[in-house]
Amino acid sequence: MAKKFLSGNEAFAYGVRLARPQVISAYPITPQTIVVEKLSEFVEDGSLNAEFIHVESEHSALSCAMGASSVGARAFTATSSQGLLYMAECLPYAAGGRFPIVMMNANRSTALPWNIYGDQRDSISQLDSGWIQAYACNAQEALDLALMSFYIAEHKDVSTPFMANLDGFVLTHTYEVVDVPTAEQADAFLPKYQTDNKMDLQKPRNLAFSAGPDTNTYFKYREHLGILNAYKIIDEAEERFAKIFGRRYTGLTESYRTEDADYILITLGSLSGLVREVVDELRKEGSRVGLLRLRYLRPFPNEEIAATVKNAKAVAVLEKDISFGNEGTVYTNVNSALQKAKLRIPSSDYIGGLGGRNISKEEIKIIFDELEQQQSTVKFLGIGGETNGN
Amino acid sequence: MAINAKTLNETEFFYGHKACAGCGGSLAVRIALKVLGENAVAVLPAGCMSAVGFNFPQLCFGNNAIISTFAGTASMLTGVEAGLRAQGITDFHAVGFAGDGGTAICYDNEAYMNTGIQKSSLTPFGARTTTTPAGKNIRGNLRPKKNLFEIVAAHGIPYAATASVGYLNDFMRKVEKAKNIRGTKYIHVLAPCPTGWGVKTDETVEIAKEVVDCGLWYLAEYENGEFTLNRRPKEFSDVSAYLRRQSRFKHLTDEDIEIITRSRDEKWEFINQNFK
Repeated sequence: MAKKFLSGNEAFAYGVRLARPQVISAYPITPQTIVVEKLSEFVEDGSLNAEFIHVESEHSALSCAMGASSVGARAFTATSSQGLLYMAECLPYAAGGRFPIVMMNANRSTALPWNIYGDQRDSISQLDSGWIQAYACNAQEALDLALMSFYIAEHKDVSTPFMANLDGFVLTHTYEVVDVPTAEQADAFLPKYQTDNKMDLQKPRNLAFSAGPDTNTYFKYREHLGILNAYKIIDEAEERFAKIFGRRYTGLTESYRTEDADYILITLGSLSGLVREVVDELRKEGSRVGLLRLRYLRPFPNEEIAATVKNAKAVAVLEKDISFGNEGTVYTNVNSALQKAKLRIPSSDYIGGLGGRNISKEEIKIIFDELEQQQSTVKFLGIGGETNGN
Repeated sequence: MAINAKTLNETEFFYGHKACAGCGGSLAVRIALKVLGENAVAVLPAGCMSAVGFNFPQLCFGNNAIISTFAGTASMLTGVEAGLRAQGITDFHAVGFAGDGGTAICYDNEAYMNTGIQKSSLTPFGARTTTTPAGKNIRGNLRPKKNLFEIVAAHGIPYAATASVGYLNDFMRKVEKAKNIRGTKYIHVLAPCPTGWGVKTDETVEIAKEVVDCGLWYLAEYENGEFTLNRRPKEFSDVSAYLRRQSRFKHLTDEDIEIITRSRDEKWEFINQNFK
């Protein structure tokens, strides 16, 4: 283990190097560029033995990664925003083909209007594509997630591609001190990729075929089971990770001071650091508040959310996302979790941080204040914009 | 040993599929796979050959094969090559049947046949398709056929060729040649579609010969920066006879045929000046 001063992008690249992907195909886009630049440097200096393919688009990047995965190679790509949307056709293709590709996505706003800064509308628009989706909150978690994502995606019970999300700029470009594990430790953690779901010269296969109305549902059901299996494999990976690296993660969610909390704010990504500070300050003033961070959106932590908030008087979701004409998608998912657990807790939705707009401590305090009114509203944070659904 | 009908591999790699009777594309795929042999890894985009060959549980390729996205043949083929190479596997032939990349074979049936005969960039001038209907105002496709062979050659790849399923020995020889050259290779093989062209199902090979004999298609190669013509008809057969026997050209007037003949002659003037 060595300590290094790394940005989120660089930390992720170090994690990918430790995972020894055999094929990397990528197309540059701000704010993802540094991760692919760093990886190409690793390939050049010989510290990473991978085929680095310079494709002509993001669609080709994922198509190429699928080709590599279809012959049993460990494959990695990375993108952001417009690039993610441009490769959108390939996302369900990779999931349906059960190709366990790992992709880093630097969360960035989507045009129009053009904007290169961070929000999460890019990845959240692709929640239904069949990929596991994780959201890191700091550079250390980014590195650790890079390594764990291959373990989880490639596990034979999962066989599902993995999208690891880092908030654009706020996380991708911010430097922190990061523990970088040794290659020996990483090799002890991550087994070589082995699969039967591949084209093999000794055992020829036809892959990525058509399945008509009579068989299609079976394939889709199995795909669903695969991503659901990630529930237990994420735990298994984190347990194994803790044993080898001494850092423990907490599964699909991470809760902070929620045990006795009356009011809980649910959010994801790097924003949780700021919310944590606000929780500490409000706790000092005697407010019983807590934070629930969603580390994964797929599989969705239905049970964890219900278990954490079951005694709360009200919850709010703070998300950098809006499903136009309805509400924030994370909010929709959280409400579904509450409903399934028969919890009748008021819940509000705060849409913030769009196009990189700063979210202040004061705004988070206002959210906690408003929670005490125990209403169910949807608001655009910081501009006074309020909607109540229809 | 030169490859021909007698020396061709007897193993079948593409059978049990549901292509239309007389399908030129399936003939091109079948023959190419016989030449490439059992270690071919084929990438086919969504299209006729994937639609007829990959219907679970009836999977029709004896070798490794995969469907790519519609625009993803070359990139997936690149990934297949890189993935195998990264694992130290070298005794394979990655082949795409469409687009460009590895050895890419474009079976040219002159329209989007899989979706029901719509105009593509390779549809020739004058042809009636379901998106270029021949009516009183517009007589079929108004755009010339895109010159994919020379466009690909312009990338300076090691080998590119044209072929026709009407001249199978020539096609087989070119696949064999491509198989033994390193780098990106491209073969553009004209493969008539009786359903889309409006000819009888037993006329595929005959009409694929005739299009070469009348000069509307040509057999050529690009190697080391030079173009070579492989077959020079002593005298062109009748263009109007070739066109009039296909229902997609039935509406053409004498003036239309004159335009087509003139553009053929211009093309051959270019070939005579620039091809060996």
